[in-house]
Amino acid sequence: MAEVMQAADGTPLKRSLARALRRQKLRALGLIAPLLFFVLITFIIPIGNMLFRSVENDIVQNTLPGTIAVLTAREETGVPGEDVFTALYIDLFIAEEQKLHTRLGSRLNYEQTGASSMFRRTGRAVGRFDTGTYTDAITDANPAWEDPAHWAATVEANAADLPRTANAWSRWQAVFAAEGDEIGKRNLEDFLFTALYLDLRDADAAPAGLDAAYDAARATDPVSIKDAFIDADDKWGAPQIWETLTLYAPKYTPGYFLNSLDYQKTPDGIEKRPENEQIYITLFGRTIWMSLLITFSCIALGYPIAWLLANLPMRKANVLLILVLLPFWTSLLVRTSAWKVMLQQQGVINDVLVWVGLVDNANRLIMINNQFGTIVAMTHILLPFMILPMYSVMQTIPPSYLRAAKSLGATNWTAFWRVYFPQSVPGIGAGSILVFILAIGYYITPEIVGGTKGVFISNRIAYHISSSLNWGLAAALGTILLVAVLVLYWAYDKIVGIDNVKLG
Amino acid sequence: MKLTKTLMVTTALTVASGTAFADGHMASDMTLVSWGGAYQASQQNAYVAPYLEMNPGVTAVWDESSAEAVAKLRAMNEAGNVTWDVVDVVAADAIRLCDEGLALEIDPDEDLAAAPDGTSAADDFGDLLVSDCFIPQIVYSTTFGYRTDLVGDTPPTSVCAVFDTEAYPGKRSLEKRPINNMEWALLCDGVAKDDVYDVLATAEGQQQALDKLATIKDDVIWWSAGADTPQLLADGEVVMGSTYNGRLFAAIEEQDQPIGMLWDAQVFDLDGWIIPAGLSPEREARARDFVKFATDTQRLADQAKYISYGPARASSAPLVGKHETLGIDMAPHMPTDPNNAKNTFLYNYEFWADYRDDIDAKFQAWLAQ
Repeated sequence: MAEVMQAADGTPLKRSLARALRRQKLRALGLIAPLLFFVLITFIIPIGNMLFRSVENDIVQNTLPGTIAVLTAREETGVPGEDVFTALYIDLFIAEEQKLHTRLGSRLNYEQTGASSMFRRTGRAVGRFDTGTYTDAITDANPAWEDPAHWAATVEANAADLPRTANAWSRWQAVFAAEGDEIGKRNLEDFLFTALYLDLRDADAAPAGLDAAYDAARATDPVSIKDAFIDADDKWGAPQIWETLTLYAPKYTPGYFLNSLDYQKTPDGIEKRPENEQIYITLFGRTIWMSLLITFSCIALGYPIAWLLANLPMRKANVLLILVLLPFWTSLLVRTSAWKVMLQQQGVINDVLVWVGLVDNANRLIMINNQFGTIVAMTHILLPFMILPMYSVMQTIPPSYLRAAKSLGATNWTAFWRVYFPQSVPGIGAGSILVFILAIGYYITPEIVGGTKGVFISNRIAYHISSSLNWGLAAALGTILLVAVLVLYWAYDKIVGIDNVKLG
Repeated sequence: MKLTKTLMVTTALTVASGTAFADGHMASDMTLVSWGGAYQASQQNAYVAPYLEMNPGVTAVWDESSAEAVAKLRAMNEAGNVTWDVVDVVAADAIRLCDEGLALEIDPDEDLAAAPDGTSAADDFGDLLVSDCFIPQIVYSTTFGYRTDLVGDTPPTSVCAVFDTEAYPGKRSLEKRPINNMEWALLCDGVAKDDVYDVLATAEGQQQALDKLATIKDDVIWWSAGADTPQLLADGEVVMGSTYNGRLFAAIEEQDQPIGMLWDAQVFDLDGWIIPAGLSPEREARARDFVKFATDTQRLADQAKYISYGPARASSAPLVGKHETLGIDMAPHMPTDPNNAKNTFLYNYEFWADYRDDIDAKFQAWLAQ
C-alpha cells in the first residue's frame, strides 16, 4: 500500500506544494495587477465598447417602444393604419420632450435619406396636432382632469381598463422623474388625453368613476392622427420609412457590417449596394495592397542601411543611427508637407528635372496626389520602424560566420545569401509586421498627399467618426480592419512562423 | 510672526476679492473652442480680450478643436464630463449638435443683446438663426480665387470658368466633399439657380452633377484643409481654386500674391457659437454671459477689423471700419458687400442634413473610381 508522502507539518506533500505554488502565482499576479488594470481600463474596455457599436441599434426601440411593438406585430407591409400612428404620436411626444427624436432621425438618415428633417419637422409639429379637441372635451366634462393628482389616482385605479393611458402616463412620469421633477399642470399634454380618449372609446362601458369622461369621449368625433402626420411630412404616407423602421427595429443589427462590405438590408433580404455607392471593398483592397507595397519598399531601402549600421565602426554607426532617428524629432505633418514641396508639379524635383532637361516644362511629372505620393511619403515616415529591428538583429550576427563561409570557398553572393541573409530574416519579419500594421491604420499622410486614388480605409473611418458621426459604421469598418490584420498575422505565423521574429 | 500675520491677511484679502470679482454664481474660468489661426486671433482681439478686461479674475483658455468639435462633444457627453464652455462651429455642425441634444437651446431675445437702436436680437440676426442652438458670429463664403498671371487676358468672371478647361487650361482645386461642388456643377450644366436643390434631390440630378464634375476630374486637385488652395495658388500648382474668402483675402492683401477673387456663385455659410449641454449652472451662466457680450453689435463689427468675414448682425454692417494693421477699408472685402454678392448661394442646411450621407457615399465612390 502506497504511503501518501507528507510534508513536515503533516499535510500531504502534493497539497502543500500546490499551496506554495499558488501563493507564488498570486504574488506574481499582484505585481502585474496595476498594469493589468491599466490595460483593461484604458485599452480593452474602450476598444470593446467602440467595437460593440458596430452591431448596437437599440436607439430605435428605446425611442419608439410603442410604435415598434405594434409595427413588428402586424402581418401586412406598407403604410400602417391609425393604431401605429397613434403609438408613434405618443412615442414622439415623449421623445420630443427629451430631445431624442432628432437623434433617432440622424440615425435613420444613414439608412434612408430625408429621415433627419422628417423627424425634426414632425417633432416640431407634434405639439400642434388637432388632438386638443379631446383635451377640451374631457376637461369640459370634468375639470378635475386638469389636475395631475386626479390623473395619477384615476390611472392607478383603472390601469386594467385604460392600458394606453396607463402606459403613456407612467412613461411621461418617468421622463419628469429622471430630472427630479413631477408632472405639473402645464405638462398635461394633448397626447395623454388622446390615449385616454382612445381607451374610453374602446371600453364597452364606463370604468368606475369615469362616467363624465366616458360620455364626453363618446360624443367627440375622432381626429385622424395619420393625416396629421402626413400633413407634417408627406413621407409618413409613403412605405419607405415604415420599411426602414421595421428593418432596423431589432436591438442588434448586421446593417453596419453589411454597409462596410458594400451590401445593404432591404425588405427582400440582403442585396449588393448600387454600383455607384460601392467603395469599401475597393478601399480595403487598396489599403492592404498599398501597405504591402510600402512594407516591401521599406525592406528594400532599410536593409542596406541596417547592414551598414551593424558593420560600421561604433563611432560612425552612432552618427548614422542619429540620422535614422532624426525624423522622429520632426512633426508628422511637417514631414508630410515637405513631400508636397518636393513632389508637386512646381516642386523641387520637377524643377530640377526641367532644369537638367530630362523633363519638358509642359509635361512635368505628376508625383503627388496619387498612389505614388502616398507610397513615397509613407515609406519615408515608416522607414525607421523597419531599420531599427533589422539593425538590432544584424548586430547579433557574428561577422566570423561570413569570413568562415568565404574561407570555405563561397563567393560574396553565396556567403551573403546562404549564410548572412537567413540569420537576418527575424529582423525583417519584426520590421515588416511593425511597418505593415502601422501603415494599414494611417490616414493623415494619405489624406494630404493621396489625392483620390491614394486614400486608405482609415480616411473613411476618420470621416465617419468625426464628420458624419456614423460611429456604428466606423466601428464596423474598424472591426473588419482588425480582423484582416489578425488573419494576416495568422497567415504570417503559418508561413514564416512567429517564433522567427526578433526585435534584437 | 508679524510676517506670517501679514501674509495671512493678504491671502484672505486676495481670496475675498477674487470671489467678489468672479461673481459668486458664475464660474471664473472658461474653455473656448475655435479654429486656431487668424480667425481665432480675430476673436481674441475683438471680444475675448475686452471681456477679460471687463471681468478681472476670469480666465479663458483656447482649445483649437473646432474641426472635430461634433465628435469630441459627443464623446465628452457620453463620458459625462464636458470640459468645454463655448464652442465655435459652422452652422451645419451646430444643427447636428442641436439634433443630438449636445447643445443648449437659445432664446435670442433673452440670451442675446439687442441692437443699439433697440431692434431685438431675433430681428437683427434674422434668417441667420438657422438652428435653435446656434448663435451666429460671421458670414463667410466659399468662393474661387485665380492666378491673375496664368489666366491670360480675359480673367474669369463666371464660376463656370472652373469647368472650362479650354479657355483656362491648368489644374483647379476643389474641396474633397460634395457640398458646393455639386451645386456649381449643376449651375454650369444649365440648371437654373432656383432649381438646383430640386434637381440634386433626385438620383438623376446627382449623377448629372457627378458627370459634369467628371469632365474636369483629371484636372482637379482635391483639398481638405482651408490652407491648401492659397498654397496651391501661390506655388502655381493650380490656376484657380475654391477656398474660404478670408484665406484669399490674406493671400492677396497680406501676402501680395498675384491672385484675383472670383465672387460669382460664392456660397455663404455661417460660423458661430454654441453652448454645450450638460454644464454646471455656474459654468453655464458664465458661458451665457460671455456669448451675450461677444455677439453684440459693436463686438461683431470689431471682428471685421482683423479678418474679412462679414458680421452676422445687420446692425453691425455700418460699423465695419478699416483693417487694424493694413489700414484698408474692409467693407469692399466682405462677402456680403453688394458688389461681391451679385450672384450668391446660401448653404442649404436642411437639404444637406438630409442628403449629406447619401450624396457623400456616391461622391466618394465616384472619386475612388
